[in-house]
Amino acid sequence: MVDFGGWDMPVQYSGILDEHKAVRTAVGVFDVSHMGEIEIRGPEALALVDFVSTNSAAKLTPGKIQYAGLLYDHGGFVDDILVHRVSEDSFFLCVNASNQDKDYEHIRAANRWQAEVDFAGNRYAQIAIQGPKALATLQKLTSTPLAAMRYYSFVDGEAAGTAARIARTGYTGEDGFEIYIAPAAAESAWDAIFKAGAEFGIKPCGLGARNTLRMEAAMPLYGHEIHASITPFDAGLDWIVKMEKESFLGRAALERQREAGTTRKLIGFEMRGRGIARDGYEVFIGGAPAGWVTSGGPSPTLCKNIGLCYLPVATAVVGQPVQILIRGQLVDAVTIPTPFYKRAR
Amino acid sequence: MYPEQLRYTKEHEWVGLEGDVATIGITDHAQEELGDIVYVELPKPGTKLEKGKTLGSVESVKAVSDIYAPVSGEVVEVNETLAEAPEKINTDPHGAAWLVKIRLSAPGDVSDLLSAADYQSYIAAEK
Repeated sequence: MVDFGGWDMPVQYSGILDEHKAVRTAVGVFDVSHMGEIEIRGPEALALVDFVSTNSAAKLTPGKIQYAGLLYDHGGFVDDILVHRVSEDSFFLCVNASNQDKDYEHIRAANRWQAEVDFAGNRYAQIAIQGPKALATLQKLTSTPLAAMRYYSFVDGEAAGTAARIARTGYTGEDGFEIYIAPAAAESAWDAIFKAGAEFGIKPCGLGARNTLRMEAAMPLYGHEIHASITPFDAGLDWIVKMEKESFLGRAALERQREAGTTRKLIGFEMRGRGIARDGYEVFIGGAPAGWVTSGGPSPTLCKNIGLCYLPVATAVVGQPVQILIRGQLVDAVTIPTPFYKRAR
Repeated sequence: MYPEQLRYTKEHEWVGLEGDVATIGITDHAQEELGDIVYVELPKPGTKLEKGKTLGSVESVKAVSDIYAPVSGEVVEVNETLAEAPEKINTDPHGAAWLVKIRLSAPGDVSDLLSAADYQSYIAAEK
């Protein structure tokens, strides 16, 4: 067990490879109750959310979800967040566990409206059910018609005998759902999900598989691909930035960066030589230091060693030969397109 | 679980002695902690190893860990099968998945190692 932002979290149950495969081929379940939640309510809630989110909260209709950046004035990430619009004047933010306190302070400090900002991390447990059999598993436990739900939408209903916010979201590159329920109901819901998924070979999954799955899908992880000195443009997340909005946190810095041009860019690579790249390893081009690895490791689905790295913009193109410094030795790799894995639809 | 005839280190290597040649591996506890092993880096035959210094490394899906030489000596044989099948370390850590054989340069090194019973009490206390 590792200590994860004060939470005792299992890295693995049956083994990372086994859990990873369960999610890619059937269904896996993650206890992600450590994730933080922040609720923003009131007639001016939209004004505040639209100001703290890089994405367009105004375009979000009730029942829909947006991925967004929460930025510092200098354009770097405070966090990456999921914004759920509950109603016209109520929003629900799912944020990273280790960032939740600073997120809450950051949003409160930006609140020059009369919006109510509520730290709700202790009121929700979160369970992620992911994989091609996630829908069939969860459908046994809820009357909400799940197949009718669009990706990045949610319904407030009931699941596994308890009130649940059911969202069609995930961090694995597979279809799946994330449910938010009262902590007191979490244990019985967890058990019910396992009973429902038994016929599909459901597996409990830990942080290890969560990381290999999201890496194959090239989804960013805070502290790795994105952090306080990385902007959405550096990370290739231009699509979550709505520059047409008149003002939002970090906008001026992003405007300057857009005019000056980005200097580095996130890109995927695969190892050609023997060796596994890990977070923080240096990347070389033609023998000279060029960038750094943000995430790296074996890809259980693709059976090769992959990673993400920052490189100078001119070299951040697919097909660029690079070398990774692995414990004193330069090992060949080449940049390749991301996501590394994309599910068949 | 932990064969009586082997000796163990607090860094979770095991040593099996035949004459002046020591067979080295990592313990079942180590493989259990590491999880699925996907890569092994071992020295070449002829390499001189010093007790306590890095011998090589094993990588699991989640992390890389150094292996330390439990004894000093020269590498006389390397388990080449692990290059293609590193997962054998997860299934047979004390047998088929030995890592290297070392000809001891200081046979007295072995006396510092733990017995199976001492190693088991050590990992029990570590948890």
